[in-house]
Amino acid sequence: MFADYTWTELGSIFAMQGFAGLILFSVFVLMALGLAIIFGQMGVINMAHGEFMILGAYVTYLCSNFFEAYLPALFGIYFFFAMALAFLAAGTLGALVEWSLIRHLYKRPLDTLLATWGLSLILQQAYRSIFGAREVGVTLPNWLLGSVPLTDIIEIPINGIFVMVLTFVIAIAVYFILFRSRMGMQTRAVVQNRVMAGAVGINTEKVDRNTFALGCGIAGIAGSAFTMIGSTGPTAGQLYIVDTFLIVVFGGAASLVGTIASSFAISQAQSTMEFFLSGSMAKVLTLLTVVGILMLRPQGLFSLKIRR
Amino acid sequence: MLNVAHYHVAYGQSEVLHGLDFTVAPGEIIAIMGRNGMGKTTLMKSLMGIVPTKDGAAAVDGVDVTTMKSYERVANGIAYVPQGRLIFPTMTVQENIETGLSLSGRRKVPGDIYELFPVLLDMKSRRGGNLSGGQQQQLAIARALATNPKVLLLDEPTEGIQPSIIREMARVLKRIRDERELSIVVSEQVLSFALDVADRVLVLENGRLVHDEPRESVDEEKVAAFLSV
Repeated sequence: MFADYTWTELGSIFAMQGFAGLILFSVFVLMALGLAIIFGQMGVINMAHGEFMILGAYVTYLCSNFFEAYLPALFGIYFFFAMALAFLAAGTLGALVEWSLIRHLYKRPLDTLLATWGLSLILQQAYRSIFGAREVGVTLPNWLLGSVPLTDIIEIPINGIFVMVLTFVIAIAVYFILFRSRMGMQTRAVVQNRVMAGAVGINTEKVDRNTFALGCGIAGIAGSAFTMIGSTGPTAGQLYIVDTFLIVVFGGAASLVGTIASSFAISQAQSTMEFFLSGSMAKVLTLLTVVGILMLRPQGLFSLKIRR
Repeated sequence: MLNVAHYHVAYGQSEVLHGLDFTVAPGEIIAIMGRNGMGKTTLMKSLMGIVPTKDGAAAVDGVDVTTMKSYERVANGIAYVPQGRLIFPTMTVQENIETGLSLSGRRKVPGDIYELFPVLLDMKSRRGGNLSGGQQQQLAIARALATNPKVLLLDEPTEGIQPSIIREMARVLKRIRDERELSIVVSEQVLSFALDVADRVLVLENGRLVHDEPRESVDEEKVAAFLSV
């Protein structure tokens, strides 16, 4: 399959597909970070995670329309407001869902799967009723359009660079929240032993709610970023949820580095293979490799070594 | 400091503790002795709010804590070192102690805790799960002390720990009591440790307190008879 191309062409193809993979990687990381917090830390299988992401995307869409109509002078920076709003909207919905649904199911992990799947159907229909079944897209400000020519055949889109920088910043922030802040320490304590965390003076219910809201909020930011590379529809979240779970499990639950490494591996493999094979063939090959590796290493790529 | 009155605890329909009454004075160490299955751990757990109380009341320093959640009891001055230690295995030693600071709002581990347990200072960056049993026990006590308690509950602290460290622990518990005027409740099966550390020895048998005597007058053989199977 490589025979039809010259070496320079192949080099450029790999570079550009590699870059497309990096953008996919960024969205995967943002999605998976939220899920790694909720699934990896709390053990809750949140099937509605994709819908939280799409909520962020719709908030961004609304913001873009609002700024275009009423505040055209600030349109160039609407995206930052949209991200903050997406985080707040998804986080608030997350806290509400945790309070009304999830907290009753901590001792029944498989039931969370059913409950959140039902929630995802409800949310999808809600989006369809409110925003319509047609996909919507946002208008990007001018400074995010266009691309940077690297050589005469390799071009790198600016919005892709922006999404990557954004992902990097969010990943660092999540690391600090989980491993350097009081809230993160309390979260990890609750995760490891809920009863004992209460007995050293941690309000476990509050920590659960904040953690779930944080994971959902990050999904909202992922949705914001998602609007730059794809169009938003009621069911767009469904396309990503399986991949995201795969990433979290492959990377090793509760390991942030593992999540990032496995996002990278999976997105690059898919993006590069999609160019040469069909999309579904690329997916089959990726899945087979991941399943094979997980059979040899059930704990995922990265896991902590301690006595238990 | 700790008042327990008419205290009933049940798992569903099966009642385990049938009305306990005892008080612990400030700065007093009491040992609650008893064989397996007599209700020692249930008493500890219910005092900590992990198992609900069916009837009766427990009060710390005059404040009724019977219906409080665990973290609210901690705020009212109860601290708990559970059976099997239950430290947080993937967190470092320092982080483990810091979890105890959650309520007080302090960020730094107070120096006197490391002074009591110098070995924890040497190992503060290690993961709790990689410590030995005796070190984990010290860590669990340090974590409980970080909450700045008035009453410290220890559930079978000598379980699975070598004799030299048991003697060391008795010394540390008495030192903690002297420095902080703490009331300490130890549940125990090892008579020598209980006699070494306690001011008063209580015996729990089938969910009732059947014996309550100051250390000085304890008849060792009589208490030992309660413990033999």
